[in-house]
This record gives sequence, structure tokens and C-alpha cells, in this order.
Amino acid sequence: MVVLKDESAPIRSSIDVMRVRQIVREWAVSLGFSLVDQTKVVTAASELARNTMVYGGGGELRMEALNSDTRRGLRLTFSDQGPGIADMEQAMKDGFSTGAGLGLGLGGAKRLANEFAIDSRPGQGTTVTILRWNKL
Amino acid sequence: MAEQESKVAQLLKKHEQDVLQKWLSYQMSSMTWRADLMKESDLREQSREFLQLFIEVSQQSGPGADAAAWKSAKEMLAEVSRSRAMQGFSPSETAMFVFSLKQPLFDTLRRELNDVEELSREVWSTTTLLDKLGLYTVEAYQQSRESVIARQQQELLELSTPVVQLWDHIVALPLIGTLDSARTQVVMERLLEKVVQTGASIAIIDITGVPTVDTLVAQHLLKTVAAARLMGADCIISGIRPQIAQTIVHLGVNLADVITKATLADAFAVALQRTGARVTRVGVKE
Ligand SMILES: Nc1ncnc2c1ncn2[C@@H]1O[C@H](COP(=O)(O)OP(=O)(O)OP(=O)(O)O)[C@@H](O)[C@H]1O
Ligand SMILES: [Mg+2]
Repeated sequence: MVVLKDESAPIRSSIDVMRVRQIVREWAVSLGFSLVDQTKVVTAASELARNTMVYGGGGELRMEALNSDTRRGLRLTFSDQGPGIADMEQAMKDGFSTGAGLGLGLGGAKRLANEFAIDSRPGQGTTVTILRWNKL
Repeated sequence: MAEQESKVAQLLKKHEQDVLQKWLSYQMSSMTWRADLMKESDLREQSREFLQLFIEVSQQSGPGADAAAWKSAKEMLAEVSRSRAMQGFSPSETAMFVFSLKQPLFDTLRRELNDVEELSREVWSTTTLLDKLGLYTVEAYQQSRESVIARQQQELLELSTPVVQLWDHIVALPLIGTLDSARTQVVMERLLEKVVQTGASIAIIDITGVPTVDTLVAQHLLKTVAAARLMGADCIISGIRPQIAQTIVHLGVNLADVITKATLADAFAVALQRTGARVTRVGVKE
């Protein structure tokens, strides 16, 4: 598997979250994602970027375009040095929110991606990685 | 505190004209000079004024430096940043106004000070001072850009939320763009106003122009629907493209209590039916 492209973007404000949606869409288009796949990955990115900003106190998105013989992929890694998540099971549960949200962001992002990984340490921060494949 | 004039200030006063000339020619020959954006006479005037303020600021070095001089220097730089941001200079082009003073300044110090230790001390304190002022310039630039952006956002908010009456008792709200919290507030107010004003019983919210429907947008839509309901109007959400419908399902957003339609036309047909109106073709034989 080859990494075709690797870039980072800051997530500090809601304008940054908007930019994340735009740039993720550009990448998905350039990787040949279908309209449905574009929409899925952009929506998942929107959820995770907003969590990074709202709960993580800001952070960063790393974007990697992957290439193998049979498919292309987009890997997105959101990381922050915020308070972390104490109870992961609860946070992943649909309908659970410590804010004023619907509590569907994490679960939704997981369902919208092909692969999903979350790593969080209380007091240190949170990293969420998603991967969406596109069959060639 | 004893008024002890710093070495830099003394030298600058003595060589003010020379430094100014060299600074100006340095600025205008540099890569970051934008002759297309700014008149030479304006640059000359700004440079002259800043140099004078800089002499005042550097009169006393270290802590306790003259507060009034600092204030005027900062005010001037804020003004320079504002006007350059407006003229289309980039942040680094703007900051170069301050940083480019180093070259002629250090040339003068090198020429006039023979003692190496004194020279390095003066260069250090001058460079610290100029760096601070340069960074301040970047911050001021940023701030003025942000205030321009905030104003434009506000204007866009006002512009982009028309609520139209389609028929008796039917109003429609075509949404275009991102539905953030501020926008939702404006949208909701406009819609409720129109519902009251027209006595509408059905409001169609069309999201064809909303690029991404995530949980926040969904939540805002649901809030708007609930508010309209309280005012006596049922909502239909239209313009749900197939890819958006799929995404909403994956997110787990529950739109079961809301009527949804693929197109505005479909929604309008439902609305007409519900309000007891009927569309018939006249003069067309079946
Ligand atoms: N990066 C993060 N740092 C700290 N806590 C987080 C982070 N991301 C999520 N959380 C916690 O997990 C909870 C669930 O997140 P999720 O995105 O599912 O829902 P939400 O953001 O509260 O609402 P929604 O995303 O539906 O608008 C959040 O309320 C928050 O407490
Ligand atoms: Mg969320």
C-alpha cells in the first residue's frame, strides 16, 4: 500500500470545520469516490472535526490518500490534546452527549466509515482515525 | 527612572534622514513590495512616521519603556495593518514593513559602534524591539481581517434566508449553504415571522442547497420544525438527495416525525393537497 498524499489541517474554529469539509470533499473527488461515498466521508469528517473543536479544545486533521492494487482509500486522523473521554462505551452510545448535541456523531462516523479507531486518554487527548475505501 | 537615552535612539536621531532613505529604497526593491497596491508617497509618509515613533520607543530600553510612545507606535501599526489588509497585502508583506527596518538600522549600528560588545548588545535589544512590533503588526492584520470576515458573514446571513409564500397557507424556505447555529437562529426567526404574518399552516424547508447534513444540521432542522409546529404550521423537508438520505440513515437521525420529500415540487403537491387545494390542467383532454 502506498501513501499518495499526506497533509495536515488545523481545527480551531467553526470556519476550520467548514474548511475540513471542503478539503475532504476535494480529496474524495480526486480519489474517484462516488457521490454517495464522498458524502459519507465528508459527513463523518464534519462530525469528528466538530468534536475535536468543541470537546477537544481544538486540534488537527491529518489526511492520507492511500493506494493499493485494487482500491484507493482516504484515511483521516483527528487528534487533540483535550480532556479525553473517560467512559468510552458511553461516549460511543447513540444518544449520549455531554454537550447539547444529538449524541450521534461518534456512532454515525463509525457507521459511515469502513474502518474506525478511537484512542483516548483522560487528561491527555483523543485521536480518532477513520478510513473509507473506494473500489477501483 | 533617570532619563538615559539609549544608544540606538541617539544614533537614529543623528542619522534619521539617511536611515529613512535607505529603508525606503530597501522596501521598494524588496520582493514583498507591492507597487500595484500602494503609492510610493504613502509608503514614504508611513515610513517617516514610524521611524519617528520608533526613535521615541527606543529612547528608553527595557522594562519601563515609555508607555505613551508604545501606545502611539502600536496605534500606528494597527492602522497600517488595517489599511494594508484592505489593500490586499498578505500578512508577511505587511509585517515586512517593520522587519525591513532592521537592515538599514543594523548597518548604521555597525558603522557607528566600534566596541563589539556594545554593538551586539544594541543589535540584540533593537532586534527584540522590532520583532515585538512586527508580531504586533501580524496580530493587528489578523484582527482586521477577522472583523471584515465577521461582517461579511453577518451580511450573508441577512441576504441568504428568504422566506417566500407559495400559495395561501403555504410558505417555503429554500436553504442554501451551511446551516450553523447563528444561521439557524436567523432562519428560524424569519420562518416563524412569516408563518404568523401569513397564517400559513404548512412550511416547506428545502435543503437542496445544503451541501452536508451532519448531526448538527439535522438538530437545527428538527428544532426549526418543532418551533414551527408550536406556531401552528407543519413542516415538510424537501430536497433530500439520495446520498443525503443514506447518510442521515447511517447517522441514526430520526426524521420519522417529519414529512420528507425528494423535491420541492413533491413537497408543494403534498402541501396543496393538505390545504385542500387541487391542481388541474385546464383545456387539456385526458
Ligand atoms: N475529541 C473529544 N474529546 C473529548 N470528548 C469527546 C471528544 N469527542 C467526543 N467526545 C465526547 O463524546 C460524546 C459523544 O460524542 P458524539 O459526537 O457522539 O455526540 P455529540 O458531539 O455530543 O453530539 P452530536 O455529534 O450528535 O452533535 C460527546 O458529548 C463528548 O462528551
Ligand atoms: Mg459530535
